[in-house]
Amino acid sequence: MTSRAVFRAMLGFYMVLFFGFLFGPLVVMGATAFNTPNYPQAWPFEGFTLHWFADLADDRDLMDGIWNSLVIGLGVVALAVPVGLAGAIVMTQIYWRARGLYYLVVVSPVLTPGIILGISTVIFWKDVTTATGVKALYDGFFMTILGQSTFISAYCMLIFLSRLQRFDRAQEEAALDLGATQSQVFWHVLIPFLRPAVLSAALLAFLASFENYNTTTFAILSDTTLTTVLAGRVRQGTTPAISALAVIIILVTLAGAIAYEVLRRREARREAAAAAARQAEENLEGGGRVAAATA
Amino acid sequence: MIESLVKGLLIAAPFAVVAVFWIMAVRERRLAGNPGARGFFQHNGVPIGIFLLLAVGFWAVVMIVLPQLYMVDYSFHPKLPPKDYGGPKDHYTLENYHYFIFGSTTERDALNTTHLRAFFLTIVCSIVVTFVNFCICYPLAYYMAQAAPASRVRLLMLLLIVPFWVNEILRAFAFRIIFGTSGILNNVLMALGVVAEPIDFLGLDVGLYTGLSYAYLLMMMFPLYNAIESLDRNQIEAARDLGAPWWHIHLNVVMPHAKPGIASGCTMVFMLSAGALAAPQILGGPSSLWFTPIVYDRFYQAFNWPQGSAYAFILLLTCVLFVMAVMRVFKVSLGEITR
Repeated sequence: MTSRAVFRAMLGFYMVLFFGFLFGPLVVMGATAFNTPNYPQAWPFEGFTLHWFADLADDRDLMDGIWNSLVIGLGVVALAVPVGLAGAIVMTQIYWRARGLYYLVVVSPVLTPGIILGISTVIFWKDVTTATGVKALYDGFFMTILGQSTFISAYCMLIFLSRLQRFDRAQEEAALDLGATQSQVFWHVLIPFLRPAVLSAALLAFLASFENYNTTTFAILSDTTLTTVLAGRVRQGTTPAISALAVIIILVTLAGAIAYEVLRRREARREAAAAAARQAEENLEGGGRVAAATA
Repeated sequence: MIESLVKGLLIAAPFAVVAVFWIMAVRERRLAGNPGARGFFQHNGVPIGIFLLLAVGFWAVVMIVLPQLYMVDYSFHPKLPPKDYGGPKDHYTLENYHYFIFGSTTERDALNTTHLRAFFLTIVCSIVVTFVNFCICYPLAYYMAQAAPASRVRLLMLLLIVPFWVNEILRAFAFRIIFGTSGILNNVLMALGVVAEPIDFLGLDVGLYTGLSYAYLLMMMFPLYNAIESLDRNQIEAARDLGAPWWHIHLNVVMPHAKPGIASGCTMVFMLSAGALAAPQILGGPSSLWFTPIVYDRFYQAFNWPQGSAYAFILLLTCVLFVMAVMRVFKVSLGEITR
């Protein structure tokens, strides 16, 4: 019994350390947002102030950066979600000999460092611009959206693939037998089935884009996003206004994370309920068959 | 002459590969003589089929393959002013790789110790960070997957997810506040009288290594959790009943089963820390050099893009080699790593 108590104590100690490590830095940073010295200082705590939050609103660079990040985030959602969906559907249909190569290609951005995605995107489109003379292609926003979407599309594809694995092909066949066209099957059978995955892919794509730095810092050229502005500030040393922004971001992402979790939970529950119902039905049918056989 | 030929081949190659597979697929379907089998467009309808082809084609070819090929091609060119592009001076060369090793595009007298040292240090440190992350995450992953009640697992998961969504720069900033010379740690240590002078934690790279381990904890946690969770608890019970000590159970039952998860977590963490840019920029001391900021400086301080591409390609090759090594050592497939 004592060894069990020792084990529990050790586990408790480890958990405290682990979550202390996880949340400690965020708490310290949060504390500096409310402290009066104009250098981010958590301790000694010299006085409570909300001054740094007020400072934020006047910060034009930062506000521009946030706005640009929002625009880029929406652009990435608009590109990466459909592309990820197409990628997943093609994966289920592709010629078997080509599947390995195809998977390697589309999943490789996930395993590639972000700066390389940014660099290669910039170099490629610079060359395309020189070759075609279309100056609009060598644009920070355009390239950032493309660069981020290379790997975010792969995330979306993985989400869609795991959902597609549970898709019952019989539904499609039934719709076709009843005279639906292929397009109708796509819009009225497949897309409704994938709807929860579309939502979580969109949320994930937006958040991943919003917080991306490595790819963005190369692809954005002379424009700015939230992360590039922040990186510049933090490197120069900064006022606690950045901590105030961090507090706001933590609260917003907390809300986002909880929303995402709730979505996923609800989907999982619905899934479980559907599976249970199917099971019950099968049991009934089986029972009926047994009854018929015995009769 | 040969330069434009190679460029043309680079553009044509992905399309040729697609065409070859397409023809093979059609031929194979004909030969199989299965009347029920339908072609791509019959299966999806023409409008949806076109959408699928365009979207995937644009993604795989224009967004992924061509930029990478271009970057590699670019890294074998000399640095030139724009007017010389395609001119007589624009020829293939190894000078950018030569510079990485010898610190000069022509001489071979000395090694480029700054860059080589940074490169190997980055690899070694990333491996250490990966290993440390595994050690930190394994106990909690095991606890959540095998021992904890379901409601507690849900809570722990949520707690784990939240810091992950705070962006990388702010996380690094938090460590700067902690480890700075007038940071909270030094203030506390001095107030307690442990040290008389502030310790330069950032200069000693303590901040960098802690920040890197922190940043990618969850990329290790989730694959580990998923892999351990799928292990049947009866196997652990059986091993215990047969008298195996706890470390035997972990080494010979749990870890072999969790191999894909371990491989996946290790690959992700290694790749992310070797490719990390924000943490070294913010937390690195003045004397410490991580490889990625050097790549960054090739582009935006030396303005030597071909050389930057060469450095980026070296980093990419390193990551590819690491992934292949992991797949070899753990005997797992790519599909298992990225799941």
